[in-house]
Amino acid sequence: MEIVLAIGIGIFTTSGVWLLLRPRTYQVIIGLALLSYAVNLFIFAMAGGGLRVDAPPILPPGGIGDPAAIADPIPQALVLTAIVIGFAMTALFLVVLLAARGRTGTDHVDGREPER
Amino acid sequence: MPHDTLLLAALLLPFLGSLAAGFLPTHARNSAAVLAGSVAVAGMAITIWLYPTVAEGTPVQFWLSWLPMLGLDFTLRLDGLAWLFAMMIFGIGALVVLYARYYMSREDPVPRFFSFLLAFMGSMIGIVLSGNLIQLVFFWELTSLFSFLLIGYWHHSASARDGARMALTVTGTGGLCLLVGVLLIGRIVGSYDIDQVLESRDLIVQSELYVPALVLILLGAFTKSAQFPFHFWLPHAMAAPTPVSAYLHSATMVKAGIFLLMRLWPVMSGTDAWFYMVVPAGLVTLILGAFVAIFQQDLKGLLAYSTISHLGLITLLLGLGSPLAAVAAIFHTLNHAIFKASLFMAAGIIDHETGTRDLRKLSGLYRYMPFTATLAMVAAAAMAGVPLVNGFISKEMFFAEAVADHTGSLLDDSLPYWATLAGVFSVTYSLRFILGVFFGPPPIGLAHRPHEPAHWMRFPIELLVLICLLIGIVPGLTVGPVLATAVNGLLDATPPYYSLSVWHGFNLPLMMSLIAMAGGVVLYLALRRYLQSGIEGPPILRDFKGQRIFEKVLATLSWQWARAAEFALGTRHLQPQMRIVITLAVVAALAPFIANGAVGTGDKPGTALPPAFALLWLIGGACALGAAYQAKYHRFAALVLVGGAGLVTCITFVWLSAPDLAVTQLLVEIVTTVLLLLGLRWLPKRIEDVYPTRPPLKVLLRRYVDITIACGLGGVMAFLAYCLMTRPLNSSVSRFFVERAYSEGGGTNIINVILVDFRGFDTMGEIVVLCLAALTVFALLRRFRPAPESIRTPEQQRIQNAYDEASPDRSPGDTVADYMLIPRLIMHWLFPVIAVMAVYLFMRGHDLPGGGFAAGITLSIAFVVQYMASGARWVEDHLRVLPLRWMGLGLLTSCATGVGSWWFGYPFLTSHFQYVEVPFIGKMPAASALLFDLGVFALVVGATVLILIALAHQSLRSSRASQAAEGGD
Repeated sequence: MEIVLAIGIGIFTTSGVWLLLRPRTYQVIIGLALLSYAVNLFIFAMAGGGLRVDAPPILPPGGIGDPAAIADPIPQALVLTAIVIGFAMTALFLVVLLAARGRTGTDHVDGREPER
Repeated sequence: MPHDTLLLAALLLPFLGSLAAGFLPTHARNSAAVLAGSVAVAGMAITIWLYPTVAEGTPVQFWLSWLPMLGLDFTLRLDGLAWLFAMMIFGIGALVVLYARYYMSREDPVPRFFSFLLAFMGSMIGIVLSGNLIQLVFFWELTSLFSFLLIGYWHHSASARDGARMALTVTGTGGLCLLVGVLLIGRIVGSYDIDQVLESRDLIVQSELYVPALVLILLGAFTKSAQFPFHFWLPHAMAAPTPVSAYLHSATMVKAGIFLLMRLWPVMSGTDAWFYMVVPAGLVTLILGAFVAIFQQDLKGLLAYSTISHLGLITLLLGLGSPLAAVAAIFHTLNHAIFKASLFMAAGIIDHETGTRDLRKLSGLYRYMPFTATLAMVAAAAMAGVPLVNGFISKEMFFAEAVADHTGSLLDDSLPYWATLAGVFSVTYSLRFILGVFFGPPPIGLAHRPHEPAHWMRFPIELLVLICLLIGIVPGLTVGPVLATAVNGLLDATPPYYSLSVWHGFNLPLMMSLIAMAGGVVLYLALRRYLQSGIEGPPILRDFKGQRIFEKVLATLSWQWARAAEFALGTRHLQPQMRIVITLAVVAALAPFIANGAVGTGDKPGTALPPAFALLWLIGGACALGAAYQAKYHRFAALVLVGGAGLVTCITFVWLSAPDLAVTQLLVEIVTTVLLLLGLRWLPKRIEDVYPTRPPLKVLLRRYVDITIACGLGGVMAFLAYCLMTRPLNSSVSRFFVERAYSEGGGTNIINVILVDFRGFDTMGEIVVLCLAALTVFALLRRFRPAPESIRTPEQQRIQNAYDEASPDRSPGDTVADYMLIPRLIMHWLFPVIAVMAVYLFMRGHDLPGGGFAAGITLSIAFVVQYMASGARWVEDHLRVLPLRWMGLGLLTSCATGVGSWWFGYPFLTSHFQYVEVPFIGKMPAASALLFDLGVFALVVGATVLILIALAHQSLRSSRASQAAEGGD
């Protein structure tokens, strides 16, 4: 499982970074989305105890039980925050993108078409 | 009231008064003046009341624990020196308020003026009462800010704006230097407390940080007190209303720098570094200020340069480092405040009555306003240092100190000559002031016949001049005890012997005074012709303007250097910058591995790989690569593919024991997709085939470089992720949260407890960010101008409308309205279902996957679905959605929950929980964190809905525009 997830993170990162370096604003926004998946998964994969299937993230009623059996909550809490902030960032960037398209007449990231 | 409370009252009164004055109606001139006057008089009364205690030599102190872990307390401290300054600030403040009541015009927004003035007064009091240095710097910066507001009070005048900005730039920069200097002192001494600092002279002087600290502190003091070469802001500050000048440039603002020098004088003076930095600055300021003052044509300009010169004199005295010189400095500070305030007020009266301050136009006013003229003459005599007026005694003390031997250097030996020269100049400009304004032929070309001002406008001058005379004639009886108290506050050792009497016998200082007076008269007679020629400024220095240099420096810094830096480092292209940023990030991330040896994979046994997981990621990888490939020309396809990648992420979360993340990811995915779809409407189609044949080599090369970077970074990430996943994580704080989530947070969903309880403050910051992002989106869209290509209604709607127009029994819009009728109905019905789902997610959030974020986004989806089904108009006719209210309420609820814990004596956002029995539902956890989560919920709903609706509304706005455009076709 580890190797698959690692390769997946790598592919997401590659696609995201490639798009970040592209000249069109829409490519950049898609790239940011892909890169944020990659980073979220990367943080998530840091969990103590490694990748775990079927580990409860919730405490059993009325006690703690075995703390080692519980899924590591910290990466999850971090990623949860990151997902919401990622949404805010996408929204803001989208509106800037649209406004720039309207104002400059081009969707190039520099606000003007490159000279050829 | 106990003394310490009184001290606090003295500090708070002006600020409270300022606040109150700010709320008065715009033209409430009298009530604002009464308010300001009573504050100043009350402050003065408190100060006087405290005098007996201070005179005994024990400072009155107020102490409040502030940041004990940093060794910072809020302390107020009133010793003799502070008492004298506080007395000047309140006393002259009260007189200035009375004067301003008559000076300010009925049309001006006078309450605002008094509000600023009181705030400034409070800041000054804060400086002199501060018991620790950080606090002092804080109030110091406040005086810079409020003086900016006061100088720029007539903000319609460009010169007032420029003068205010210049004063703020110069004194604000000095304030920053001072802050660093004070931090250095704190580092040397180990405390910012003034009492402790004052006891650590040896430590400070011997420290290797002494010189840097000294330079920085002097920069602060010199900029504030307008010492050369920072003097140029003061004359430009004369664009302020005259009461402001009378206050700022006599008793306050500029004296703050002097006060600082005095405050630190016991621990920092007496070294060579001090002498050679302070004395030359003071001397040059003294001579230059006095010389330039002679040639001013503006009455207030003359007084401004004279102020600069007198400040130089005080600085020079402090620089000498001898206790007697310090006594003279304190005494002259007091005297200067008194006579300069009265002279500024007199200048204001002249301006008020004649409509001009130009010395070329004024003359012979004695016949119209003999009282004012007489008062001004006495004050000017004090400025010139004529016997029997207060200025004379402190000037004699200065001359005596100039003659006395300090370091035996050339500079020290030449001081008597320089002092006499400055004396000559001061007599000349004082003569010019009096003779030019009040004597000579009657003025020509004035708007109306000048006359004496209202009595109460003149009263402050009368009082000040009376004090001038009293101090000048019977100094020992009047000012003696006060001065002794102030000197006691400054010098901890036994104060030196000094004599306050008018007649000291026929000695060298008296000779110097006589020479100065005679020389001044001769110089005035000699310069008379030049001055009457009406040329502005002194012969040589005329072309050398501080303001021009200031502007040049500013232009160099903010324009030329910035351009140079941009040329060297910047580019107008984003892509090269992105390449640099990403490459740097990779290098920075790899550097520790390279430095500490190669990283390798661990030997932890891997988790078994279910084939479905591998298949899932096959799809995920394909989606990501496909999105990367399609994003240029096929935006919709790219959007779908990104959604696929998001879904794979989401399934991975749920597979790997993170249901909370999966829920949130899924919901955010939905909202993001809707958002991007709405955005696509306004993004015109890309022109395909930018390079119809083969792209040029440059472009190809760039793509190869980018692919290399992307693959490199992707490979690094994959490798790092794999290494980390195969190594055991040894220690983590996770256990802390696992063990305490239930016992201290009262919830079994650890992630939710972390978010709303343990790390509640982080979440608070996060929702504020969300709030700001939403508001920015909203603001940007209010002025949104879509691309012209996308203004027309979409093709489908156009076809539908054309069909409607062609059919006689249909009106345009009918087809659109009936479109997707059945899905729409289902979507309407879905609203309560989704809303209940949101509530459910919210309620169970503390114990099971869910929570405020997820619930908030769910509810916003319920709203958005309605918009998608029926359009903005229908929804807003049937449903009142007020996203801004949701956001505001959410933020307030969260803050209030946080603040609520203060009531019970706990720190911000401490949560409390217990289980309560709810009918029909059963035992429910009721934690205050739940209330906080409610705030998060409301804010997330508001922010998400605001963003989506703002974008959706563009269709409404531009459908009007497009109808107009199509109608014109």
